[in-house]
Amino acid sequence: MSTFASFKSLSRAMYLGFRRDKGALFFTIVFPLMFLVIFGGVFGNQTTSKAKVIQIGRVTVLDQARAHDGAELGKIMSITGGTDRAAALKKVREGDADAAVEQRGDSVVMHYSAADQVKSGTVRGYMESIVQTANIAVTGRPPTYRMVPEQVEDDSTKAIQFFTPSLLGWALASAGVFGASQTLVTWRTKGILRRLRLSPAPISAVFGARVVVSIGIALAQMALFLAIARLPVFGLKLQDSWWMAIPLVVSGVLAFLSIGMVIGAWAKTQEAAQTVTQLIVLPMAFLGGSFFPLDGAPGWLQALSYVFPLRYLNEGMLNVMMRGLGPSSALPQIGILLGISLAGAVVATRLFRWDAA
Amino acid sequence: MEKPNSTRGRVSPGLALRNFLIMAYTISVDGLRKRYGDVRAVDGVSFDVHQGEFFGILGPNGAGKTTTLEIIEGLREADEGTVTVLGLPPWPRNSTLLPRIGVQLQASSFFERLTAREQLQTFGSLYGVPAEKADAMLETVGLGEKADVQVEKLSGGQAQRLSIACALVHDPELVFLDEPTAALDPQARRNLWDLLREINTGGRTIVLTTHHMDEAEVLCDRVAIMDRGRILQLGPPAALVRGLDAPARISVASGLLAEEDARALPGADTVSDDGVSLTISTRDPSAVVAAMAAKDALAGVQIHGGTLEDVFLELTGREYRA
Ligand SMILES: Nc1ncnc2c1ncn2[C@@H]1O[C@H](COP(=O)(O)OP(=O)(O)O)[C@@H](O)[C@H]1O
Ligand SMILES: [Mg+2]
Repeated sequence: MSTFASFKSLSRAMYLGFRRDKGALFFTIVFPLMFLVIFGGVFGNQTTSKAKVIQIGRVTVLDQARAHDGAELGKIMSITGGTDRAAALKKVREGDADAAVEQRGDSVVMHYSAADQVKSGTVRGYMESIVQTANIAVTGRPPTYRMVPEQVEDDSTKAIQFFTPSLLGWALASAGVFGASQTLVTWRTKGILRRLRLSPAPISAVFGARVVVSIGIALAQMALFLAIARLPVFGLKLQDSWWMAIPLVVSGVLAFLSIGMVIGAWAKTQEAAQTVTQLIVLPMAFLGGSFFPLDGAPGWLQALSYVFPLRYLNEGMLNVMMRGLGPSSALPQIGILLGISLAGAVVATRLFRWDAA
Repeated sequence: MEKPNSTRGRVSPGLALRNFLIMAYTISVDGLRKRYGDVRAVDGVSFDVHQGEFFGILGPNGAGKTTTLEIIEGLREADEGTVTVLGLPPWPRNSTLLPRIGVQLQASSFFERLTAREQLQTFGSLYGVPAEKADAMLETVGLGEKADVQVEKLSGGQAQRLSIACALVHDPELVFLDEPTAALDPQARRNLWDLLREINTGGRTIVLTTHHMDEAEVLCDRVAIMDRGRILQLGPPAALVRGLDAPARISVASGLLAEEDARALPGADTVSDDGVSLTISTRDPSAVVAAMAAKDALAGVQIHGGTLEDVFLELTGREYRA
């Protein structure tokens, strides 16, 4: 009856119990992925929406611009035609269109609403440049100066780049803490622990099984997150040292498990364990930077965030997966996470009880 | 300086004999006590169990049966007293002893969402038992058809069988069963009794607790009657009943015999008639039956001897209520 055989069969029992628990599957696997899809989708395509412009009757410069450069123009504004001037102005007034443009002799008149000044300012800028271009074209000479616009953010700061590691961190934290605390409390209250105590299986086999199953689940979570975020819709781009996220994830899971084991060893009932787990995981997810970047957060909040193990995991993963830092950049975070694991394990061992009473 | 008459290092002949006897018993319990706050759950319990014996601890709820059993199994530490199981102390957790004993706990404890087969294989593998042997055990307890059913969906009787199978899967010498038939319907209880007898015939020692008098009478070689943390009486069920000198009860259908006439019969102690049957309580049943035969009043007669219930009443002055 080797320890290894016990460990193997307990791991299998734990894994099967998890796989058949629809609630656990949903909350550890599907739920975080839903967040990824929603956050990645909502904030991922955050290009400013196109300006809606109504053209009243004939506007020569606009027609020329469209004929000449239709595709480019279509990217920044959508132009609809219309002859009814009153209806067009009404639409602008009500905010259904950003501007209405008409031609009076050689003047191009643009009607806009002061309600959305950013939008109307943008359209005004576009219209001015169109008129300007037309004027230059009339002179028959090529323009002397050109302006090339370039956005400072490149692809790597798209929302998905932030949310993939951060939401993964949250998913791992919640699966790890929940998994450990629930196993411990359920196994104790259901008498499985005392039954195991009557078998020759060493305690290390029980804990070892939980750790290995949790690491397996975590790596599956990670694979799913990356697979989905790399779909063309989301377009995640990984930096060279992204693989360093694997040891980060493993040490993160160890830290979360040890927190869960402390809760599980301390809590008397499943409800108590669940409540305390929520009270720890949710604030940790918010303040540990899983739902919004902490870069712009006030100093005290940033300082506070370092109380949570999740902060180190998130930071480490962002560094190697997105910011392009080298593999060794993750070592401090791994060290801290392993330290937390060790401290938690010591406390959990002290608090551990086989029996409900 | 050593005292001149020091006995250190020498074992007195009495102690040596006692140690020898302890080794000979499968279980030896001496002066066991356990308190929970003000409750004396176990209050000075001593007994021995022989190898191959079917030993019962009988008593109402709260008598201290489970606590006694759990101390012997090594799940709890006694406040006072000594326990030896197969020659070894069960506390603290003794991993050379554990493979030799099998335990069915009062509250069945299964891994969640595993099937009966997976459950048994998991427990088996903790003892190094191969999967095929675990499957065979499933057949032994009559759960072959339920192998792929998740434990949450088993009936009470099936769960109880599985729980017993988990206690037996590693073929232990000594088996503890804590109220294995509680909460089962009469048919399921009888089926389980057959199984328990089978287990015992293999030469295993069984210690069983129950609050059913009939169960103890039918199954056990010896019974310890327990109440309020103490053992009141210990012996083979038949001997306990006989030793009691309990009255026999003779009953016939109402109307065959008038109550006054019945009372006048030689040997009759008390008589009662509930309208359905007339019951005569007597310490000399043969005299009463002979007299009734003379009056031709024996139609449908039933004679009940004393039971463990009477023993309990005699010992505690209380009606037995499980
Ligand atoms: N863990 C415990 N904590 C406090 N009291 C307990 C505990 N276990 C048992 N008791 C008390 O000890 C007494 C004996 O209980 P138990 O051994 O379970 O009896 P039985 O198994 O005969 O029903 C009861 O009064 C019970 O309430
Ligand atoms: Mg009990």
